[in-house]
Amino acid sequence: MKKDIILAGVGGQGILSIAATIGTAAIDLDLQLKQAEVHGMSQRGGDVQSHLRLSSNPIASDLIPQGKADLIISIEPMESLRYLPMLSKDGWIIANTQPFINIPNYPDLEQIIEKIKSIPNHIAINADEIAKEIGSERSANMVILGASAPFLDIEIGSLEKAIQTIFGSKGEDVVALNLKAFRAGLNFSLSNK
Amino acid sequence: MQKLLLLGDEAIAQGAIDAGISGIYAYPGTPSTEITEFVQKSKEAKEKGIRSNWSANEKTAMESALGMSYAGKRAMVCMKHVGLNVAADSFINSAITGANGGLIIVSADDPSMHSSQNEQDSRFYGDFAFMPILEPSNQQEAYDMVRYGFDLSEKMRIPVLYRITTRLAHSRAGVIRTQNREQNQLKLPDNLKQFILLPAIARKQYKELLAKQADLKAEASNSGFNTYINGADKKLGIITCGIAYNYLMENFQGMEIPHPILKIGQYPIPAEMVEKLYDTCDELLILEDGYPLVEQSIKGLLNKGKKIKGRLDGTIPRDGELNPNIVAVGLGKDDTKGENIPDFVAGRPPSLCKGCGHNDAFLAVNEALLKYSKGRVFSDIGCYTLSALRPLESINSCVDMGASITMAMGAAEAGLIPAVAAIGDSTFTHSGMTGLLDAVNNNSPITVLILDNSTTGMTGGQKSSALGKIEAICIALGVEEDHIRVLKPLPKQHEENVKAIAEELEYKGVSVIIPRRECIQTLNKRMRQKHNVKNLEV
Repeated sequence: MKKDIILAGVGGQGILSIAATIGTAAIDLDLQLKQAEVHGMSQRGGDVQSHLRLSSNPIASDLIPQGKADLIISIEPMESLRYLPMLSKDGWIIANTQPFINIPNYPDLEQIIEKIKSIPNHIAINADEIAKEIGSERSANMVILGASAPFLDIEIGSLEKAIQTIFGSKGEDVVALNLKAFRAGLNFSLSNK
Repeated sequence: MQKLLLLGDEAIAQGAIDAGISGIYAYPGTPSTEITEFVQKSKEAKEKGIRSNWSANEKTAMESALGMSYAGKRAMVCMKHVGLNVAADSFINSAITGANGGLIIVSADDPSMHSSQNEQDSRFYGDFAFMPILEPSNQQEAYDMVRYGFDLSEKMRIPVLYRITTRLAHSRAGVIRTQNREQNQLKLPDNLKQFILLPAIARKQYKELLAKQADLKAEASNSGFNTYINGADKKLGIITCGIAYNYLMENFQGMEIPHPILKIGQYPIPAEMVEKLYDTCDELLILEDGYPLVEQSIKGLLNKGKKIKGRLDGTIPRDGELNPNIVAVGLGKDDTKGENIPDFVAGRPPSLCKGCGHNDAFLAVNEALLKYSKGRVFSDIGCYTLSALRPLESINSCVDMGASITMAMGAAEAGLIPAVAAIGDSTFTHSGMTGLLDAVNNNSPITVLILDNSTTGMTGGQKSSALGKIEAICIALGVEEDHIRVLKPLPKQHEENVKAIAEELEYKGVSVIIPRRECIQTLNKRMRQKHNVKNLEV
């Protein structure tokens, strides 16, 4: 098993929670893992990304080679496209369609969505809308994780267990909301794959 | 033992706790901050009584750690690469005093300048100081090398420079711990004059330092952190330093690398191993995540021998961080880079947070300065440096910690009146106080904004040494009380703030304006914690 994943978004959107959840499941399954994160200045409303590498064999580089990523998982539509040079030819892109606009020159959203949909393997999902519908506005990141789940080669049960581990300290309600968000994203992907 | 998932920084911290340190000293700086934070949050460290409070700056941190070493205990001091410039005086001299208790100086370099104003390579400092250097290639080595580093320091009676780069600092992987070790007992140096660098003693100590170099070289060849790996294809020999080894391995996934390799993780450069590789191979490729230190050393001034490829001949780009693709191209392989970024994708630079007090402060500064010509605001290092970007575009300089006040003073003395300095609370106590004293002693016509968000914001909200002390410090340094003005940077106070700043700009001496409002991030964090505690109580 080998999965090289780019997680993308804007500082503060919660990509590290996605990384932590996948990472927890991977460690539980005794997989090797490396995860490079962005800390410091860029976190302040700038673009952020994380390289998450899982494998049943030892992993050499902390960075995924360009053109070799199996997945781009992005909480923001434009940010998903920033990492296209990383994506392998048969890789998947799972992107939120809800933009985060904090710059004056944000491009035309339709152009962005069109581009995402031109990638042969894509899931375009409005995670914010789905999170809102299920009454958990702050769980858009878990909706995105759910939408990515069918492509991770990790059993759904392992990921759900990881969500319980990660959010357990915040109480059962928080766990339940995040699980609900995760499943909503998962269902979307299964019916739109 | 259980495998922990740790950042490179955290692996160093855990390594230090397990190796029996008694104290860690640091000023926050990306990408080194998480080392000290990990110790501060560690229950084990608390139980063991390891001291870990933040220092005012890297120099005070370095000196405190040296004092702990003098007293016979193990100490670690951590900083970002430019912090080593601040600590350089004590750092260089600590090689001459030597260590008593084990002493490791961690310097985290930032090639590609992700969060820094330059990409200087700390290994040159180690070389300059005649100090041994350790440079791990992965998180497990990062953990293991700390223990070895303290042993080396105590055996050779010398501080050890421990160099990492951003990528290792901020990347997680599994780490297996070794046995815990007790702290040292208080034990002063056998020679109580060892740390007195009076010329007569310093000359003797310096000769001893030079004499140690042969042993340090032997250590570097025998410790196991420099390894020679044979390969059949001797057309090319490859030297990797630190994390560069991983990028090389990545390019030979699951295959044996056909070329002989020298993997360097410890300095002085193991000359005999380099010579063996040089003699064996037709040409060499040097891979270093930083400046071309090893490449330059092997090439020498005249570069008359075999072909040496690397950053100096353009095989590898001269600047910036390495990655697997750069190494692939350097090896003559294809670049696997995928589709280009679409043209319409816009840059998203970092920006001040929504509701940040710095934003309101600079809006007022901009308006108060409208009646003067542009180019008068000397800034410093912190979140507020982001006011350089649109839409504020308030500042005209950012050079080093503390440079705002002294540059404003120099510019004012050149005739640029009024000149404005903008410095954060934590940066002020880091390196701004002495500059303010200079300005007061020269009655310089400058207006100094000490932007007080009551934390060290840019690095994630560490405790600021300036907390609750700024006015008292300014008064003690001789700033007139009438010209110390505290403002509340809020939109509704805007007019009032503009007026206050405008008045001080007119004053022909040193004024200090303190826009004070808690960092929005630390405020949110505090509120969340309060909320959680309340929930628990219910």
